[in-house]
Amino acid sequence: MTLQAIFFYLFGGMTVASAVMVIAARNPVHSVLFLILAFVNAAGLFVLMGAEFLAMILIVVYVGAVAVLFLFVVMMLDVDFAALRRGVLSYLPIGGLIGAVLLVELLTIVGAWAIGPDVTKAITAPIPSPNDVPNTHALGLVLYTQYIYFFQAAGLILLVAMIGAIVLTLHHKPNVRRQMIADQVARHKASAIEIVKVKPGQGLP
Amino acid sequence: MIIGLGHYLSVAAIVFTLGVLGIFLNRKNVIIILMSIELILLSVNINLVAFSTFLGDIVGQVYALIVLTVAAAEAAIGLAILVAYFRNRGSIAVEDIDLLKG
Repeated sequence: MTLQAIFFYLFGGMTVASAVMVIAARNPVHSVLFLILAFVNAAGLFVLMGAEFLAMILIVVYVGAVAVLFLFVVMMLDVDFAALRRGVLSYLPIGGLIGAVLLVELLTIVGAWAIGPDVTKAITAPIPSPNDVPNTHALGLVLYTQYIYFFQAAGLILLVAMIGAIVLTLHHKPNVRRQMIADQVARHKASAIEIVKVKPGQGLP
Repeated sequence: MIIGLGHYLSVAAIVFTLGVLGIFLNRKNVIIILMSIELILLSVNINLVAFSTFLGDIVGQVYALIVLTVAAAEAAIGLAILVAYFRNRGSIAVEDIDLLKG
């Protein structure tokens, strides 16, 4: 149990520290890298809670895809980030006040709250023992049967997002000459060549 | 020392607050705001998985998966809009995004 506590405080503390650095770093590239660190540590928390599949998905999706997307955009845009950074401290009093109030409220709720006695009756899909059914298998048993429509909707959301992102960012430059295959195929002999009978010794007019 | 549900909820609450604080502090920089939204969604995921584990109901993890999907889609679309906007205006400062004001 102490080992679990040590790892919880390691992962939780690193998650919180990285989250602080995400919003405090001067360089947005550093912010993205600290965001990756926060997600990796949150994946550690997920493993600690026994949700291994979600932990691995978190690493694959966030560290592999979303964070790299952020890095690409941050490095591709030619923006003076120092100018955007100016005046951050002027928002600190009001932001800090709202943050402190929010945090105190949330922690009060967490501290003064208990699970009702009959909540176990409402459980629809109990987690099987990890020795019998691994977490990934258990998740699949529920996701592909009871929640198949949620799964399909998630796929649809990703498809729409993919098409939307491509449509938003794809643009053709007007002065680039491209190959027009239809025009090439539609050419025929009458429009392409002209036969001229040249009399000997005269040449073309 | 036993790590209970409250510990995980506290971490999630702190990360959520940091996300909100990030939106307040960096209100000129859209990229940091998007990252703060990712932090908020991460804290929601920590909450869902913590309840799923400590109540013994795996449906919480299914919901966390859906939230993950939506977060990924939101990041992709948000960054695509950002790139398209930067191409048109040459700036990503939030205060420059005021075309609808007329």
